[in-house]
Amino acid sequence: MKNEYAIQAIDLTKKFGDFTAVDAISFDVEKGEIFGFLGANGAGKTTAIKMLIGLSKPSSGQATIAGYDVYSQTELIKEHIGYMSQKFSLYEDLTVLQNIRFYGGVYGLSRKRIKEKSAEIIERLNLEANARKVVADLPLGWKQRLAFAVASVHDPAIIFLDEPTGGVDPATRRQFWEMIYETASRGVTIFVTTHYMDEAEYCDRISIMVDGKIEALGKPGALKSQFEASHMEEVFLKLARG
Amino acid sequence: MLKTFIAFVKKEMYHILRDVRTLLILFGMPIALVLIFGYTVTNEFKGASVGIVDQAQDDLSRQLITKLTASGHFELVRKPHNIEALEADFRAGDVKLGIIIPPDFEKYFLGGEGSTIQLISDATEPNYAVTLTNYASQMIRDFQQEQFPTEQMPYAVAIENRMFYNPELVGAYNFIPGVVALILMLISAMMTSLTIAREKESGTMDLLLVSPLNPVLIILGKVTPYVVLSFINALVVFAMGWLIFDVPVRGSLALLLALCLLYLMVALALGILISTRSDSQQTAMMMSMFVLLMPTMLLSGFIFPIASMPAILQFISKIIPAKYFILIEKAIMLKGAGWEAIAIPAGVLLLMMFVLLAAARKNFKVVYD
Repeated sequence: MKNEYAIQAIDLTKKFGDFTAVDAISFDVEKGEIFGFLGANGAGKTTAIKMLIGLSKPSSGQATIAGYDVYSQTELIKEHIGYMSQKFSLYEDLTVLQNIRFYGGVYGLSRKRIKEKSAEIIERLNLEANARKVVADLPLGWKQRLAFAVASVHDPAIIFLDEPTGGVDPATRRQFWEMIYETASRGVTIFVTTHYMDEAEYCDRISIMVDGKIEALGKPGALKSQFEASHMEEVFLKLARG
Repeated sequence: MLKTFIAFVKKEMYHILRDVRTLLILFGMPIALVLIFGYTVTNEFKGASVGIVDQAQDDLSRQLITKLTASGHFELVRKPHNIEALEADFRAGDVKLGIIIPPDFEKYFLGGEGSTIQLISDATEPNYAVTLTNYASQMIRDFQQEQFPTEQMPYAVAIENRMFYNPELVGAYNFIPGVVALILMLISAMMTSLTIAREKESGTMDLLLVSPLNPVLIILGKVTPYVVLSFINALVVFAMGWLIFDVPVRGSLALLLALCLLYLMVALALGILISTRSDSQQTAMMMSMFVLLMPTMLLSGFIFPIASMPAILQFISKIIPAKYFILIEKAIMLKGAGWEAIAIPAGVLLLMMFVLLAAARKNFKVVYD
């Protein structure tokens, strides 16, 4: 039973003093699923994701990632996940290749594997001409796709993306999502937070977080009919107004 | 494990090499500091401006004046007629030391009754004033001895001064050890705290913490390049001291370098500890300044002697690592001391290293609360 879900959370809670940032959230994510974690800024998405990846200890509740417990097995979890933060976490003063090699080294890949991976990523992102440029010189959209590729350099089972597409136009977001689809089609589970409602439509299932609680959870289509809305923006607005 | 470590060191080297500012601090600062200290912080003086009121105008007074000015330490810039004129020169800042030779100097002096020479100095710069009057008094005493070579005064106590380890009172003997202590502290501690804070600021630290890497390895990978660079810096400063300022290493060079490394570790541990307490480069910078730079400059005995500080500051100086390191450096370099002589300060540094590393380890947050 334990390994049925990629991610399972039961009443997961995080308190900072009197303030409850994440209030008893429960959800399951199946293997290979693209799970959208929606909410306005400050709704508690980043805090929730930090608990799931072992950067933050839950105040109460339970969660397992790839079957491992978030309290006692964080080391095992770390081996099976990739993470891309909203700051997209590349070294701006290093070149594209240096970044890939470094993260490959961090995950202990062999020299041969790092070489293969570098070539693969560069080809996939059409970065041939820019491989030796420092990351700071790349356009934002490219940086984000590179960050995603780097987060999955060790072929993790689950990839956590925290607001991966902040600050770019819808066309660039679309390109990013094509990468997500491609990755998910290989059986990788994607957990993605966003506050762009158009992105919600791309997910298999979504949850909507308001003030630390999950107020809605389901397939985008199902949620739209449940809230009698024509698009996700409307669902979200109805929820936010209470 | 090793592969990851190498990847880390490589990456850190890329950062350092690509950042001109870091490079400048790393290699420009030590050289600048040595040169600045070398040519400014010094007790030696040459050509101090002297005004002499010669009320005697006789042979003997002229001989005395010649002796004083021939040394090169004093330069006769004024010969005012009276004390009032001399004071005006003091006020204008033209004269730092005034010498007043009384009327009939030769007559009383040779007549055995003795005479009085007055030395007046501008004590708005107290250290300089003391140095000048001491030096002038010494020269006048010598002059007296020369005039009566055989006839010793029966009641005089002969004082023989010997300046051990640094007979010529070379300033560099003091500041080279001090500069090494300062540079190692600055570079190791400040640079490591900055580089770790930078990863926190850019969010890359989160990524490293999410990876299966052991946090100890993350820190080790980050600080190792700085250990190497700081050590090279120490060598450069020692070499400059030796080549430019003739500062010797009379004891064992190997022992000196081994203790350099120990001091470096203390500085690194401090840097890591600071970085655990700061989330931005700016905070890390400010904390390094207050916690490291100022105390190391002021309380280590580098610039101001610890013995003349008030009790509370003397007490605080006991926790300044640089104080012990400077003691060690001077013992090995100038006194040629061996292992036994420096065991205690070395032990203190070793203890500091363990305490600081333990504190840093405890404070380094792998998991946010």
